[in-house]
Amino acid sequence: MLGRTAASLYWTSRYNERAENMARLLEVGYRIAMTPRLGQDHSDDWRSTLVSAGCDGAFFSKHDEPTKRAVVQHMLFDRDNPSSVRSCIEAARNNARSVRTAITGEMWESLNTTYLEFMDIRPQHMTDNKLPDFLAWIKQRSMLFRGAMLGTLMRDAGYHFSQFGAFIERTDNTARILDVKYWILLPDNEMIGGDLDRYQWTTILRSVSAHRSYRHAYRDAQVRPFNVAEFLILRKEMPRSISYCYDWISESAAALAIRYQDSPVSCDMAHGTLSLLEETSMDRIFQGGLHEFLTDLIARNNALGAQLASDYHFS
Amino acid sequence: MTDTGPFNEMLGPDGQPRAPYKALAEWFSGMSPAEMRRKSREAETIFRRLGITFAVYGTAEATERLIPFDIVPRVLAAAEWRRISAGIDQRVRALNAFLHDIYHRQEIIRAGRIPAELVIQNEAFLPEMIGFTPPRKVYAHIIGTDLVRVGEDEFYVLEDNTRTPSGVSYMLENRETMMRMFPELFQQNRVAPIEHYPDLLRETLESVAPANCDTDEPTVCILTPGIYNSAYFEHAFLADSMGVELCEARDLFVDDGKVFMRTTRAPERVHVIYRRIDDAFLDPLTFRPDSMLGVPGLFDAYRAGNVTICNAPGTGIADDKAVYAYLPEIIEFYTGQKPILQNVPTWNCAREDDLAYVLDHLPEIVVKEVHGSGGYGMLIGPTASKRELAEFKRRLKANPSNYIAQPTLSLSACPTHVASGLAPRHVDLRPYVLVGDKVRITPGGLTRVALKKGSLVVNSSQGGGTKDTWVLED
Repeated sequence: MLGRTAASLYWTSRYNERAENMARLLEVGYRIAMTPRLGQDHSDDWRSTLVSAGCDGAFFSKHDEPTKRAVVQHMLFDRDNPSSVRSCIEAARNNARSVRTAITGEMWESLNTTYLEFMDIRPQHMTDNKLPDFLAWIKQRSMLFRGAMLGTLMRDAGYHFSQFGAFIERTDNTARILDVKYWILLPDNEMIGGDLDRYQWTTILRSVSAHRSYRHAYRDAQVRPFNVAEFLILRKEMPRSISYCYDWISESAAALAIRYQDSPVSCDMAHGTLSLLEETSMDRIFQGGLHEFLTDLIARNNALGAQLASDYHFS
Repeated sequence: MTDTGPFNEMLGPDGQPRAPYKALAEWFSGMSPAEMRRKSREAETIFRRLGITFAVYGTAEATERLIPFDIVPRVLAAAEWRRISAGIDQRVRALNAFLHDIYHRQEIIRAGRIPAELVIQNEAFLPEMIGFTPPRKVYAHIIGTDLVRVGEDEFYVLEDNTRTPSGVSYMLENRETMMRMFPELFQQNRVAPIEHYPDLLRETLESVAPANCDTDEPTVCILTPGIYNSAYFEHAFLADSMGVELCEARDLFVDDGKVFMRTTRAPERVHVIYRRIDDAFLDPLTFRPDSMLGVPGLFDAYRAGNVTICNAPGTGIADDKAVYAYLPEIIEFYTGQKPILQNVPTWNCAREDDLAYVLDHLPEIVVKEVHGSGGYGMLIGPTASKRELAEFKRRLKANPSNYIAQPTLSLSACPTHVASGLAPRHVDLRPYVLVGDKVRITPGGLTRVALKKGSLVVNSSQGGGTKDTWVLED
């Protein structure tokens, strides 16, 4: 397999995953904006949506105020924002197109249809009443691609590169949401237990499609910050938790190492992070500081992506 | 050539369907206009979803477009096809012999059959190829011979595309789409299959692996300029259906005179490259130094006999429009036979007499640039405006050797689905030929159709469409 092919499979999956995450973050931002709040400025919420999405830099280089309209346009349609849904869909499709031979017809058709239909949409026509359906559509399209990948792609090296991309992206996304929101929410913890606060914690869960499953995992009427963090970091039954992602990353890293009869550095790194997650506990994480833990994890995750690229000659 | 309107491939002069079209005519006559429109839309959806697109240069938006597909197939009888394919076989052998000769002893020039300057001063002649012999002496491995029909038995070769002819993926996808949409038709008609083309292509490419190839299974790859190339879909399609890697230049490198692919494992040696980039961009060290599409050192590896490039660099001279005029002589010289397929009579504007004739008859004839392709830069006299005619007159006088001219042919017409139902539209035909250890010709080819009423321009860049092309078996 060409190194470039491996790289494109990895990035196709990453961008596909990112498009979905962007849609989810917008959904949450949109929900918050619909909730009446006392004496508070909504622009803070949109600001935190931008920070969670890692889009704040690109946004504030063009805009002064994070109004709803500006944020939605920026995160959905702005070509200058490399993580906008449009940019993600275009990048996923271009990567897929350049390795058309390495993916299945079903995978290609799902991405291509998403691209064609997305490009037909005029940003100025994206009114408030159309937005929820549109965001749901983006998520569905992304899941369709993932389903096509899981259902049709041969379980060879390409599959593992693809899995790698999806879970590296998901790890980054979950870690970032938790980091940003936790950081914003905790200073005001005199209000913990209040309706507003509970609502805020639910939004974190919502942004990773876990507001329902949380109720099943923790049979408790309260949404507790400690539990939310645990759910998103350590609980392996939660498919967007960091531990869950690292199970897969580690498995793909091992599968690649076997296939290539080699013990690449990326494989050791993946196992290292997995062990770290398996051996720690929430108490220990909080002792050392959640923010510090997540910052370290995001850095490890990025370094792993870079090491993978170097181990398998991505360019 | 006739003056009594175009040859209608479906209906004879008596208004009855010609033999090869009998079953088809009956079938389509039983189809309501609404059903035909529905089928036509269905076909378009299939093509769009599959991403069977091409890029149009020179338009800012819509870089990817769909080539319109016409649901009415074009049909050739077995006997008609036998003659065409014998003619093509003869022609591609002669072209390869010609290429070998001009890059070696140039016997044909010594024999006085063609003028020396036709070759030596030709832009497409590549001095770097002199004295080099590619495996099996084959230069043009993949050829698309453009044919037009003007009567029951009258076929003319319009052009021999010996560089990197495109469109074969449309031939294959058109057939797939037709079989998906109209299975009954294929039960009623014995249509020669074409789906094995990718296998033939791979066999052909493997058969010209370099002599020093150290394995029975040579590694073949396709070299593409990348996703923004107009024919990228086809490059990916062919790589996929042959099961070979689709490489961009950055995926290849030359080391110790050999070519390697950068893989996720160790570098892997490549033996045969089916390149879909032009000569000038192949190797920045030998040709255009600004090429970002090429592989530095590739040409030296080629001349050292360590890799085969298909088609060979320098084959462009064989489809040069000025050389075309000498094809009858070329065929006779190398095969000792009369050409089976005729050339279109051609005026070479570099000749004074020819130029005078062309200038006098401009409104009746077609003028083409010697190195042009894709329907760009040509003048169709009968449909040109006064201004266009004046403009071409000026250009011809300024640079006569840049042009050739041909009579306006009355291309045959085939029934085609248009807004008002079925109507005759002009068509041409591009069969695909492979030359390696032997000559392999896929039955049929790509039929291009001018969708505009009365138009003679079939190029997809100029509003042409395509049809599935059937060769009926006896």
